[in-house]
Amino acid sequence: MTVEATYGVPTVAMHTDKFDTVVRQVATHNGMPGLRQVFVPQPIMGKTAAQLRAYVDGVDPITKRPVMQEVLDGLTRPFDAAELGPLEFDRSTPRLLPADTEDNLHRLFLDSEWTDRLPIVLPTEERVAAMLAATHRRPDEVVGRMRPTHFREYWEYTVEKVAVNAVMAGARPEYFPVILALASTGVSARGSSSSSVAAMAVVNGPVRQEIGMNAGTGALGPYSHANATIGRAYGLLSQNLQGGSTVGQTYLGSMGNSYAYNSLTCAENEERSPWEPFHVQHGFRPTDSAVSVFSGCRSTAFSLGLRETYWREHVANMLRGMDPHGPPTLLLDPITARQFIDRGGFSKKDALIDWLYETARMPAGEYWDYQLVQNYIYPRATFGEEPWATKLKAKPEEMIPIFRREDIHIVVVGGETNGYWRIMGCNYQKTASVDEWR
Amino acid sequence: MTTNGKITTLNPVGFAPKVTRKPLAPRLDTLEGRTVYLVDCRFDDSDIFLKQMQAWFAERMPGVRTVFKPISSVYLNDDPATWNEIKARGHAAILGVGH
Repeated sequence: MTVEATYGVPTVAMHTDKFDTVVRQVATHNGMPGLRQVFVPQPIMGKTAAQLRAYVDGVDPITKRPVMQEVLDGLTRPFDAAELGPLEFDRSTPRLLPADTEDNLHRLFLDSEWTDRLPIVLPTEERVAAMLAATHRRPDEVVGRMRPTHFREYWEYTVEKVAVNAVMAGARPEYFPVILALASTGVSARGSSSSSVAAMAVVNGPVRQEIGMNAGTGALGPYSHANATIGRAYGLLSQNLQGGSTVGQTYLGSMGNSYAYNSLTCAENEERSPWEPFHVQHGFRPTDSAVSVFSGCRSTAFSLGLRETYWREHVANMLRGMDPHGPPTLLLDPITARQFIDRGGFSKKDALIDWLYETARMPAGEYWDYQLVQNYIYPRATFGEEPWATKLKAKPEEMIPIFRREDIHIVVVGGETNGYWRIMGCNYQKTASVDEWR
Repeated sequence: MTTNGKITTLNPVGFAPKVTRKPLAPRLDTLEGRTVYLVDCRFDDSDIFLKQMQAWFAERMPGVRTVFKPISSVYLNDDPATWNEIKARGHAAILGVGH
């Protein structure tokens, strides 16, 4: 779109057929409905040169015309008047929905894809007003902007719009500052990556206890009203405030991800952690309340404790098994956190992160051959971006770090029923103040 | 508010930006004697696909000059250096492959 609109070069965009609807919609929403687009079968990945030559010689699965005829037409066939005429449309919708019965409204919310397919609480004016009373912010104040993918346009939202979604999730008004803080990050919990990502939200500071969040036994499960509904609100507000999360259009996760039901929302167990809280590592005071968001949650590894003889090797194995494009955030039960100190002497989180960075290695040849590394890291390495450009110089058998040190994180959570722990492959995005939204 | 058993609710949807048309470049009258850039977005095996398309042009339309051009970095980043090169030296572009 940039090459066509900004640089004035006639362009044809090639896509695989699974993306027919989404790419036409993206082009339209970017003001270019006439953008010439040609399709070949999915997938491209893993096909031989001969198989891909057959795609070139074959037909466009959408139009049923020869692919190369579509390409040539796309570059040479003049646009008709309808493709070049004025276009402006406004997708704004009314603040209130038409009054209806409870049953009909539940059906409307479900059919409009405004829910996570579970029953919601209808956002009546009274309920939304009660939610809004839990913040000093004005209802019409803009909280942020969000979009499901890099290619989509940003949508904007206000405090009131966030409140509507918080009500739908079943959240209580006292949770609202945390939900507003999540919304203020602009990080979507309904990302549209075909890799089926979910978000994770970790709450720190006094607000955890004020609203009854669970940092202990079952913290990452359905065992706290606050954890459950704050996380659900984060998902609902993401899908509704970013312009949707509709399969085939604004959601393309191939397998889907059940973490998305409540975005792995928990509190850090600061009281039982031997280290400083996560938000303090990111510039906040211990007395501040804050929420940290992570994106791209999909890969995990899991273990029990740290055995005396081979704990280093066991951790190395877990790190080696992670997706190299999804850096590790360790979720440690307090028992395991203390074991890391007992076994390795890591009296600070930073010392453990240093060790994890040095331990997570694999041969360069294997690293660069991962498809996700090829797609997302190799191009940056060849562009000269560090540290990948230096890694690219390594011989195939040389052991290189899998992750960047700054992408490795640690959260202490759990109730010490045993020393279980896991690694979540994900990307830390930012930490937002809850207090600013009270 | 409930009126005659009916409930009023608020709309949960955010505010969409207004859409306005962006210009499309005029099409070429012919590709013969022109330079077409085949721009590899460096995703999955797009490079292999575009090289097959380049071979097609060489066999079937030898009067078209093609340039295989990988983008400078990852597709998530804008790439003005490549776009300026195409504008300066090319007449058309085929970008792919979006999955």
